[in-house]
Amino acid sequence: MENTAVATINHLLKQFPVGGGFFTALNDVTLTFRKREFTGLVGPSGSGKTTLLNIIGGLDSPTEGTVNVLGKALDNTSHGERALLRRKHMGFIFQSYNLLPVYTVFENVELPLILNKVEEKERDEMVKEALEWVGLSDKINSRPAMLSGGECQRTAIARAIVHRPELVLADEPTANLDAENSHHIMEIMVKLNKELSTSFIFATHDEKIMAYLRRIIHLDDSQITEDEHIENPTGGPT
Amino acid sequence: MIRFLTKGLLRDRSRSLFPVLVITLTVTLVIFSIGFLKGTMNSLLLDTAVILTGHEKVVTRAYHEESQLMPNDLALLEVDQLVADLHQNYPEFFWSPRIKFAGLLDVPDENGETKIQGPVLAVGIDFFSDGSREIELWELERLMVSGRLPEHRDDVLISSKLADQLNVKAGESVTFIGSTMDNAFSTYNFNIAGTFNLRKGQTDKQMMLVDLSGARAALDMENAASAIFGFIHSLYYDDEAAVMLRDEYNETHSDSLDIFSPFMLALRDGNQMGTMVDISGAIMAIMGGIFLVVVMVVLWNMGLMNGLRRYGEVGLRLALGESKGQVYRSMISEAVIIGLTGTVIGTGIGLALTYYVQENGIDYTKGIEALSNSSMVMPNVFYAQVTPDLLYIGFVPGVLATVLGTMLAGLAVYKREMAQLFKELET
Repeated sequence: MENTAVATINHLLKQFPVGGGFFTALNDVTLTFRKREFTGLVGPSGSGKTTLLNIIGGLDSPTEGTVNVLGKALDNTSHGERALLRRKHMGFIFQSYNLLPVYTVFENVELPLILNKVEEKERDEMVKEALEWVGLSDKINSRPAMLSGGECQRTAIARAIVHRPELVLADEPTANLDAENSHHIMEIMVKLNKELSTSFIFATHDEKIMAYLRRIIHLDDSQITEDEHIENPTGGPT
Repeated sequence: MIRFLTKGLLRDRSRSLFPVLVITLTVTLVIFSIGFLKGTMNSLLLDTAVILTGHEKVVTRAYHEESQLMPNDLALLEVDQLVADLHQNYPEFFWSPRIKFAGLLDVPDENGETKIQGPVLAVGIDFFSDGSREIELWELERLMVSGRLPEHRDDVLISSKLADQLNVKAGESVTFIGSTMDNAFSTYNFNIAGTFNLRKGQTDKQMMLVDLSGARAALDMENAASAIFGFIHSLYYDDEAAVMLRDEYNETHSDSLDIFSPFMLALRDGNQMGTMVDISGAIMAIMGGIFLVVVMVVLWNMGLMNGLRRYGEVGLRLALGESKGQVYRSMISEAVIIGLTGTVIGTGIGLALTYYVQENGIDYTKGIEALSNSSMVMPNVFYAQVTPDLLYIGFVPGVLATVLGTMLAGLAVYKREMAQLFKELET
């Protein structure tokens, strides 16, 4: 089970039309992400990190090559099927948290379960459990405006993992946080990665995150320059 | 999901309270404006109808030809039977005989000698019959200036302007000097029961109202009348129905070769009243149309802005795996709920306001009195009119425009580049 692939990418080419020509965002990328991996896509701005995250999340399509995520070949699936894949099996964490301001912490975390039509009673238990994982049980009825940045991001993490997805995609999750909160957030995610067997893929250039990663894929100029496996990350528990 | 969205809708006042207020206000304005416009137009027509034409008027063909001369020698005969037939055959109208006549009014001094004389334009109306709506039509209870309503055949009401001109008061006696139906000389004593002011400019300058029985006695017109006036029960003029009835009546009851044959005229057949009816219809259509378009643009725009304002929320829901169709449908459902709520409240307030102005009116006395030489019957007080279409007309801007605006804004959901979601949600 440890080696089961959650995403397989073969000879991926992604180009965007720019003016009369094309801008190549990703060129000949071949990668396999395995279950329980805690992986970072690292590189300078414009290196293709977010584009790769988009393609794995089914938010964008490859120009060439094949992408297989959680057993689905994304190049052969409709928008609806990709939406279903995201809803059931993926979680997303954004740099700006993107919590809905009129809903409480509980309700924000509840949203993916409502979309997945989980029964109310079960939903209630799952949300409370998720909030317990991220240490926000005491903020259950708070609105996002009443939370600190770290608490907002912890709420966003709870929302990303409440429906027990196999894969969580996070785009610069600590970019808006100070050092202390960044470490706290990363520790939570490492713990969830271990306890729930959820795979995490980060797009980041934050040094603090890198210290927690067990695999770092370096991207530069649209290509993979290095795929580094780390046995004992220094930033957190292994 | 519906409960989840409803919670958000109720909590986010900019999504619920504010749009509902805007729609309520707009629909209220639409209902009241259209009601007031209709009422005003109908007031203009009704005032003329009450005094001059009725919604329908039955006269003899000969009387119609010479109507400016008030030729009571050409009046309708056997009126009781005619009125009974009209009531039976056309129950959607109520019918009332009138006698219009002119002459001199002589005011005696304490010795019985003439103190002052003046011309009088008298209208004999049915004050006393059960079911007669003449007092209501003329709004006499509201428009009395002094004295009381007539209680006897020889009681009359004179306009306050005529009373001032002749220097008489309620309780005094006057003598009418004129001619009978058979063109014989006639003098008849009346008691002034009270004075009134129609508040319609100079229309009642020389006016005297007398009961039909008094007019018949003075003019020797037993069971005769100058005309029989017909009014739609709601008093709201329906030109199409009036014209249809006129044509049918004249085809079945009027003999074009008999000058004493009854002949029906619709309100629009009065002097230039056809143009007036057509103009009022056109004004209504143009003003109502412009107003509706303007408010529809406002509400359309609100729906559009409301949709665009939630760009971030929609992006998040798409990223979390909600389908574009689901997001779009939920936006439309919200717009329908908001639109319906605002429209129902707005329609209620609009109808209440319109009803209030229908009952109490808006007084323009000073402005109208300035038009002292106008020959048109102009009301001093304009009334709104509650009509059945006001119950649903607000739904056009309130629901339709709001939903269409949201539908247009929602199309952005379908056009949205999913690949940009991460970037968009970073800001």
